[in-house]
Amino acid sequence: MTRAPLSLKIAALGGLAFLHVPLLFILLYCFTTEEKSYAFPPPGFTLKWFGVVWERADIWAAVGLSLKVAVIATALALVLGTLAAGALARAKFFGREPISLLFVLPIALPGIVTGIALRQAFGLMEIPFSFWTIVLGHATFCIVVVYNNAVARLRRLSPSLIEASMDLGADAFQTFRLVILPNIGTALLAGGMLAFALSFDEVIVTTFTAGQQSTLPIWMLSELIRPRQRPVTNVVAVLVILVTFLPILAAYYLTREGEAVAGSGK
Amino acid sequence: MHAPAPPPVTPAVRFEGVMRHFGAVRAVDGVDLSIVPGEFFAMLGPSGSGKTTCLRLIAGFEQPDAGHIEIFGEKVEGLPPYRRAVNTVFQDYALFPHLSVGENVAYGLRVRGVGRVEREKLAREALAMVKLAGMETRRPAQLSGGQRQRVALARALVVRPKVLLLDEPLGALDLKLREEMQSELKGLQRALGLSFVFVTHDQGEALSMADRVAVFNEGRIVQVGPPEEVYERPATRFVAGFVGSANVLEPAEAAALGGAARPSSLRPEKIVLLAADAPEPTGAAVVEAGVVEMSYQGAVRRVTARAASGLHLTAAVPASASAVAAGDTIRLAVPKGAVQPMEGEG
Repeated sequence: MTRAPLSLKIAALGGLAFLHVPLLFILLYCFTTEEKSYAFPPPGFTLKWFGVVWERADIWAAVGLSLKVAVIATALALVLGTLAAGALARAKFFGREPISLLFVLPIALPGIVTGIALRQAFGLMEIPFSFWTIVLGHATFCIVVVYNNAVARLRRLSPSLIEASMDLGADAFQTFRLVILPNIGTALLAGGMLAFALSFDEVIVTTFTAGQQSTLPIWMLSELIRPRQRPVTNVVAVLVILVTFLPILAAYYLTREGEAVAGSGK
Repeated sequence: MHAPAPPPVTPAVRFEGVMRHFGAVRAVDGVDLSIVPGEFFAMLGPSGSGKTTCLRLIAGFEQPDAGHIEIFGEKVEGLPPYRRAVNTVFQDYALFPHLSVGENVAYGLRVRGVGRVEREKLAREALAMVKLAGMETRRPAQLSGGQRQRVALARALVVRPKVLLLDEPLGALDLKLREEMQSELKGLQRALGLSFVFVTHDQGEALSMADRVAVFNEGRIVQVGPPEEVYERPATRFVAGFVGSANVLEPAEAAALGGAARPSSLRPEKIVLLAADAPEPTGAAVVEAGVVEMSYQGAVRRVTARAASGLHLTAAVPASASAVAAGDTIRLAVPKGAVQPMEGEG
């Protein structure tokens, strides 16, 4: 291993600072006493915004809605993404490549396109906007991350493991439970957590599919426009960082461990 | 071409006109075979000859496009692998990486609903049988190739199959281990009295281990019989060339060397190199030829010589025989019966 030159280290640190220092400002202004603008340095510090957040029902309604949407969209993605991965990981059939491209497309497509497309489709089918239209919108990209994780792990799994299981007397269901699931479990967990995090802070697709309801990110957007009690959004933002950062961190460690295990057999 | 008359018992495995095509590729193209209970049966052939597909047809990983397959008299077409009383030792062993060695061996019992205590006991016994007692808690990744092979063997045998299938079982092992496993497999098979069907591309392995060998080429069985028969009397040019090496003779050449006027084979080690002053042996055809090439191979020397008639012969002579060099004129004796007519084409 060679050591990086000092200039490269500084550049790397600079890059990291650029990415993460703004997060510190969010944290800082949770505690400011000034409620209409973000003056630097803050004129004083207070904890009162945490109390305000605690008491506002609209925030908790938004948090609840976001959590519910994320949980259901992730669950849907886990089931459908795993099934799709199972079908596409190894079997060869006509149209396999286009289908796998179509599966991955929603995450490459700009959210605004997905949003408009869904909105128009719902309109044409006369489906009223509801909790479920938000879930469907989120599921389009949640499926992709679960699918991608599962398909990568399935391709690394030796096909003879599945044959060996069947050979030893296990039917398809037993083989899935006892051989496939334990081997792709961490990949599914990682994919699921990533899906959860993506859904939890999604704005664009949600704006097009939500109707009157506000998920947390939508609530924040509307709150920023009003110059009242600004630090409240900061407190909520910190909550969002916690809720999304922890699963992503966990997913990172879980997939890393999975790779180490797969490599150690070589 | 013809197997000895099948014994009047129900064959362990019987194929009747079995076909398996992959697109335009005829992987298995009309195979008939009958494996006797308790025999060590080798399916020998180059890659792509259909031998592995035949094994997978027995296991149930493939289904025939035409023909019938029976296992101990029971028609198994359409039966999935988990409903067949056969088990497979996979080429890459296919041990479950997330389970311990003991859990791997107990897997087949677990899916059959055998209780924990019972299946752990049976798994221990199976591991002891393959000389891996005490390895239950290891992970497959911690084992050597030879040990993994034994675990795969124990895992397949613990569920008491009626036929054990082995796919290139020794392919991934180094030479020393391979010889060790050969005799061990043979011993296990004899002790258990089970039919072992094994696939190999290694003719030495097939000849030394099997009771009967089926030679595959291009999706068909070209010859089946005991190793001695397949080696001594290859039925076709393909067998003569694939199982060991052989001089392939045209009808006229065969007749000149004391055989029938038919396409024939002549094994190099049957040919005797006559010393300069030796008298001509009776009953043997003697050919005078010029040495084209000589290669020393340890136990034998391989001498390729060309006779005045244009006939090329390769002889394997004991390395202790008098040394010859390219350009020498030698006399080669072909004993009576050494030239074997070949019946079939291909």
